[in-house]
Amino acid sequence: MSKRIDVKDLNVYYSKFLAVEDVNISIDARSVTAFIGPSGCGKSTFLRTLNRMHEVIPGARVEGEVLLDGDNLYDSAVDPVTVRSQIGMVFQRPNPFPTMSIRDNVLAGVKLNNKRISKSDADALVEQSLRGANLWNEVKDRLGRPGSGLSGGQQQRLCIARAIAVSPEVILMDEPCSALDPISTLAIEDLINELKSEYTVVIVTHNMQQAARVSDKTAFFNIAGTGKPGKLIEYGETTNIFNMPTQKATEDYVSGRFG
Amino acid sequence: MANATLTPRRSQLTKGRMPTYTLWVVLAASIVVGAALAALVGFSLVPWAIFSAILFIVAGTAVSAAIEGERKAKNRLALFLVYGAFLIALLPLLSVIWTVLERGVPGLTYNFLFTSMNGVTGAIDNQVVAEGTPVLGGAYHAIVGTLQITLWATLISVPIGLLAAIYLVEYSTGGRLARAITFFVDVMTGIPSIVAGLFAAALFGQLFGPGTRTGFVAAVALSVLMVPVVVRSTEEMLKIVPNELREAAYALGVRKWRTITRVVIPTAISGIASGVTLAIARVIGETAPILVTAGFARSINWNVFGDWMSTLPTFIYYQILTPTSPTATDPSTQRAWAAALVLIIMVMLLNLAARLIARLFAPKTSR
Repeated sequence: MSKRIDVKDLNVYYSKFLAVEDVNISIDARSVTAFIGPSGCGKSTFLRTLNRMHEVIPGARVEGEVLLDGDNLYDSAVDPVTVRSQIGMVFQRPNPFPTMSIRDNVLAGVKLNNKRISKSDADALVEQSLRGANLWNEVKDRLGRPGSGLSGGQQQRLCIARAIAVSPEVILMDEPCSALDPISTLAIEDLINELKSEYTVVIVTHNMQQAARVSDKTAFFNIAGTGKPGKLIEYGETTNIFNMPTQKATEDYVSGRFG
Repeated sequence: MANATLTPRRSQLTKGRMPTYTLWVVLAASIVVGAALAALVGFSLVPWAIFSAILFIVAGTAVSAAIEGERKAKNRLALFLVYGAFLIALLPLLSVIWTVLERGVPGLTYNFLFTSMNGVTGAIDNQVVAEGTPVLGGAYHAIVGTLQITLWATLISVPIGLLAAIYLVEYSTGGRLARAITFFVDVMTGIPSIVAGLFAAALFGQLFGPGTRTGFVAAVALSVLMVPVVVRSTEEMLKIVPNELREAAYALGVRKWRTITRVVIPTAISGIASGVTLAIARVIGETAPILVTAGFARSINWNVFGDWMSTLPTFIYYQILTPTSPTATDPSTQRAWAAALVLIIMVMLLNLAARLIARLFAPKTSR
């Protein structure tokens, strides 16, 4: 499990508007990569192009290549459904399915695709995924209860469990802690540290301390002004980005001079 | 005990408070004075109520203004008017229910529910009036017809309406087709029901020869009326399903149609179910389109594809307009009111069913 991602000359459009321009980046397998940058700089948009969630929005399209272990996601013969089952995603707001129990939420990726699974396999998968998301001990006695009854942090970990239950190669996280309190945030950050032993993790965050705490490499995105496209300014080892950035804009941002 | 000797100080924050019983006193006084005023114009219930209400609103506001000040008096006045409007809106409803119960219950016998009008003649009704024998004949055939025709109308219109709404919300991108569908659905919502009936009658007349009248033709006419209601309500319900749930499903590698059938529709099912029920309630009381499409029957007919059929509304219509015995109309009138009661009970049961469905399928929250 876990594959690397190489992005080549990627431009992202919303209809005619160029949202992100000319991104080249290589994301290592079994590592945590953080995207930081001011609001509206296109980091979330870029993240969504990595599993073709971008094109769910009408009018959105992409030019360039995203290679998953050498295979281009945007090849015309590629089914986006295949891509998304290999590259999972966790969203900003926890979004467990309100009609399903905790157990069914974890099994959603399997059950919604009508794959057959025996009860013992399902039980094992639920436990393994919830343990993987550090949620098992909190919910093991109420797996039949609705997922929406959990706290925000628990719901977010349930969403992570749901994402890892389909055994993806890569997990994308779009500001997974922005709606959570510090303790839940800590739980998720610990979890990200554990996840990188098995998965490639890419995380978008507004919180620079979080990027510094959890990531191996950091990419800084910036925007020249409203209406201008977002660009990848600098990408490197997290310690370098925060301690000795090569670009002026990066230094200004990480030292808190703007953004 | 030093405190006990102090005079209790009035809180500065509770100034200008009105004791709770004040308004009740004003209300009682208004009713008494209202009765006196009503007596001047010839005492009866309606002027009494009107005079009392006006007196109470004026006096209550004045008392409040004197004790509590202008702002609270304005609040009271608005409150009185809002409550008054609510009571006025409630009156016709209660009146209808009361009238139908009062006149319908005597006719609601086993005989009424489980026999048809087959063989019931004017002579029998004359005998009922002359000799006081029990009223014969019933609405069994009309109940059967109502259930059959409504069932078939639902079977036709729910799939069409549901799929159209799914197209509009999930697949269309606001293009010309979507705008055209929305426009025609809006137009169809306003179609007079008799036009829908004539349309179905003409359509089947073209296909199967003139004068084709069966329960199925009526079902088609009713579905013309139902489809736009189903489309509209389903569309609204699908629209309020959060996009995040669709994205969550897509991100798990779930296909679009599976996302729709397994995530979007289950989340919206309670609203869709009540929308469908409201659509049924809208057409179950239709009279005109039934008359021109299903004709009128006096005996039981279970077959929607052959022969004429009756429904409760057409049954009521014929009982009132052409009583079985032109000289002794009371038995027919009684049957009509009993049928009206049955119709109202049916609609009420439908609404209860919709609530039950809504509760069963509603997104689960923590308990």
